[in-house]
Amino acid sequence: MFKPGSIQSHLSIREKILSLDLILFFSVLTLGIISFFAMYSTDAGEFAYHTKSHIIRFIVFFTLFIVISFFKTNFWYNWSILVYLGILILLILVKYFGLTSSGSQRWLNLYFLNLQPSELMKVGLILFLAKYYHRISSSDVNKIKFLIRPIIALIIPVILVITQPDLGTAFLIAISGAVVVWLAGVKMKFFAYLSVIFLAVAPIAISFLKPYQKSRILTFIDPSRDPLGAGYQITQSKIAIGSGGLFGKGFLNGSQSYLDYLPEKHTDFIFTLFSEEFGFFGSCLVLGLYILITWRMVAIGNMVRETFSKLFCYSFATAFFVYVAVNMGMVLGLIPIVGAPLPILSYGGSSMMAMMFGLGIVMGCKIHRDHPLG
Amino acid sequence: MIRSGGESKIRLIGRRMFIISAAKAVVVFGIVGRLISLQINESKKYKTLSDKNRFREWKFSPPRGLITDYYGKEIASNKQVYQLHIIPENAENIDILFFRLKNILNLTEKNIVSLRRKIKSQKPWDPLIVSDNLTWAEFSKINLFLHELQGVEPVVSVARLYTEPSSAHIIGYVSRASKKDLQTKEYLKNKITTGTSVGKTGLENKLDSQVIGDLGFKRYEVNAYGKRIKEISLDPGKPGKNFRTTLDLEVQNFASELLKGKSGSVCVMDIYKGDVVAMVSSPIFDPNQFVHGIKQKNWDKLIKHRDKPLINKSISGLYPPGSTIKSLAAISALENDVFNPKKVIHCKGFIELYGEKYHCWKKKGHGYVDMRDGIKQSCDIYFYEVAKKLGIDRLAETAEKFGLGRPVLNNFMEEKNGLVPNTKWKKRNIGKNWYLGETLHAGIGQGYWQTSPLQLCLMTAQIANGGYKIEPRIIFDEKQEEKFDDLNQFIENKEIFKGDVVNLFEFISKFKYKSLFRNPENIKFVHDALFGATNEPRGTSYGSRLTKDKYIFAGKTGTSQVRRFTERQRELEIKNEDLPYEQRDHALFVAFAPYKKPRYSISVLIEHGGSGSKAAAPIAKKVIKKVLDNHELREKQQKLGELT
Repeated sequence: MFKPGSIQSHLSIREKILSLDLILFFSVLTLGIISFFAMYSTDAGEFAYHTKSHIIRFIVFFTLFIVISFFKTNFWYNWSILVYLGILILLILVKYFGLTSSGSQRWLNLYFLNLQPSELMKVGLILFLAKYYHRISSSDVNKIKFLIRPIIALIIPVILVITQPDLGTAFLIAISGAVVVWLAGVKMKFFAYLSVIFLAVAPIAISFLKPYQKSRILTFIDPSRDPLGAGYQITQSKIAIGSGGLFGKGFLNGSQSYLDYLPEKHTDFIFTLFSEEFGFFGSCLVLGLYILITWRMVAIGNMVRETFSKLFCYSFATAFFVYVAVNMGMVLGLIPIVGAPLPILSYGGSSMMAMMFGLGIVMGCKIHRDHPLG
Repeated sequence: MIRSGGESKIRLIGRRMFIISAAKAVVVFGIVGRLISLQINESKKYKTLSDKNRFREWKFSPPRGLITDYYGKEIASNKQVYQLHIIPENAENIDILFFRLKNILNLTEKNIVSLRRKIKSQKPWDPLIVSDNLTWAEFSKINLFLHELQGVEPVVSVARLYTEPSSAHIIGYVSRASKKDLQTKEYLKNKITTGTSVGKTGLENKLDSQVIGDLGFKRYEVNAYGKRIKEISLDPGKPGKNFRTTLDLEVQNFASELLKGKSGSVCVMDIYKGDVVAMVSSPIFDPNQFVHGIKQKNWDKLIKHRDKPLINKSISGLYPPGSTIKSLAAISALENDVFNPKKVIHCKGFIELYGEKYHCWKKKGHGYVDMRDGIKQSCDIYFYEVAKKLGIDRLAETAEKFGLGRPVLNNFMEEKNGLVPNTKWKKRNIGKNWYLGETLHAGIGQGYWQTSPLQLCLMTAQIANGGYKIEPRIIFDEKQEEKFDDLNQFIENKEIFKGDVVNLFEFISKFKYKSLFRNPENIKFVHDALFGATNEPRGTSYGSRLTKDKYIFAGKTGTSQVRRFTERQRELEIKNEDLPYEQRDHALFVAFAPYKKPRYSISVLIEHGGSGSKAAAPIAKKVIKKVLDNHELREKQQKLGELT
């Protein structure tokens, strides 16, 4: 199926560059530059480890984003199952060879990078399901027989990730998958059934949770329950954001983060730091960029004609938005702390790699929108 | 192979995407709404919380105000002390830290247990005082090992220092605040922090709210782990107010030296201004041992001491006034016109009343005596007669007028009222009627009377100044001082006892004095009688007289009975010295000096000292000389006014 030549489309590199979506390109780039400053601030105004490594990663993965966009959509369509299975194998490898950090086994040591396959699965699952629904006719979508494969494809990675344990990523993978299934036209009632099953299983599942996960959920319900323990993160994050006010405390002046009151400030709580230093306007700028990126991806989805491309663009745009919303909702104290990074801004190679991978495919869909699949 | 979806499939996806987009819009509104609520509406609240996180204040006590004598010599001052504090949250392992400290300092297991208990009761960033008074050797040792003692802070601080033990009772002492202090002393609320000393007795107690000063604080920016990042601001606080007393340290020390080995008191007062020049109680104690917490052993020693060194006998010791009351009894009788001073009575050593014998101290009797002789030789028989005529209620009224039965100063919590007995008092408190026999005893200052040495000193002062009420004071007050600007000139130029009504009127109005007499001649009569008592043969204090013109004084002895003699003891002529110590009489002496132009009054009390003439008068004599020698200096100092 795969011919080396098929990577090269009949469009020249120059033509491809010219047909890049500039809005998407520049909004991602702007977000990247913002992330440099944010990271520089988490290093307390020094050009230290996190900043350096974040900049290098961004440059590498931003390049990856462009390179991937030059691949014909057809290539991803053909390889989607293998990509999915490849990531699934990596997830299984994590179970046996993974690195453990703060009680959770999530990473594979690739020497140049500690790869977190669960992050890649966010994109891999969308690829797999997009192809699946591309291939079945709309009349079959709601047949039980045709629901079995997507459910299995979704459940296996989710279970693997839950047992790492990594509740947040598992939840985001499930959302990513569910979005494709929903867009493909699966009837609401199946989601309703699933919700009922979920609600029935949830208490049992919770009893299997690690104590720290349980406490995170309970603390979300009542943050004052443990102001110095698990509730501490929410409380301090809210103080940081709230104290930023309209214009913020100024670059490198975020006392909450500078004095270490903020937990995990360069990963999950990077938005908090930014919000503290740049205030309401800064927060809105970042939020606006994310909305722009999401909107642009949906717009690309509108442009393309193939079901696979459409499903992928819409689904990834939605998943991307969900990641942003979950992270912001978390640091703003709207939902429990689940451990979800903010795309592109947060420190973390695998997450950035996955996001750039997804963005690249979407960009590719635009560049190659006139090329039919197959 | 690829079944690309038909138009309907694309339309379905588009429709569903629209629903999702709508949902996204809702989520975006939610997030923006939350941002508005946090960063705009509630921003102020979170800014405050953020500052609360960021800044932490450490309070410290400023030095206490100094207390000096009239000449500015320090009685209560401050010294540098070396302390060892622990900030528990900075210590990596408190057990290891205690173990190390135990090796460096002499900490006992008991100390450590109580320190641990304290850690639990306070905030983890509040310093814990391990030792508030390290020796230099210990302090330098701590500094040497500082790098291995995380959480330990060597602190150079100030603590109270008392340099004049002769004034220990007046100044009192400070110590750590107790729970009771915190409950009862309202002013402490904003003035206390870890290690603040609180006044417990004496002036330290009464002036505490002013002497203690206002807390200073250091504000630091701290990180989430409580580590101080930088000092933001420093408020040194306000050191306590300084106070200048009216005391003359030289007289204090001199009198204290004279009282050494005895239990008693010496009080000296300026009879016009009411300045307490000296107020010594013996035995003395070292108030410094309270500053850093007194050791149980030392406390027991003080508490169990026979002579009660912690009691300020000048104001808290109560004794029957004995014969010193006779001056008042005479004034009362004369003022009430119930007794002619010329009346002569035959003293044969005792009188009988309703079958009961009332004795004179002189067994053989004084023979024929008039009132002047009665005071001079302290004839009890004469004053039995005076009292019988006068009655207890009139005597009590005069006694109260002259300052007995209520505190003299308002600077001491521990000052006692004393007791001036009268018929009403007895009815109310004992529930019995007053007997005439009790009036007789009261007339010679025995029985129910309870007076403090300072009250007797005030009484004498108000007799000595011609019968004017004065407001005694122990804290020098610049404002009050102006009132006395022309006092000296006045005393020099005008003979106030000549009965010159115009001069008297001027005197009273200028110094706002209130007269305590009806007829100044009555007071003058007592002056003369007291002169006789000290300066004429057969006077009770003749043996202690001073002959140099400027030192001549007039005084009255007194012997205050601890218990009544039995008839048998009287017959055996038991001498006071032969009795067990606790049963011996208290010796009293009150006087004023110089006789011609009186300026000072004095009272001396020696507990269980025997007779006033033998035990108290000789001490008074020496103190009077000292006070008069210092008089010129004192006058000059008054003019200098401000402390330098």
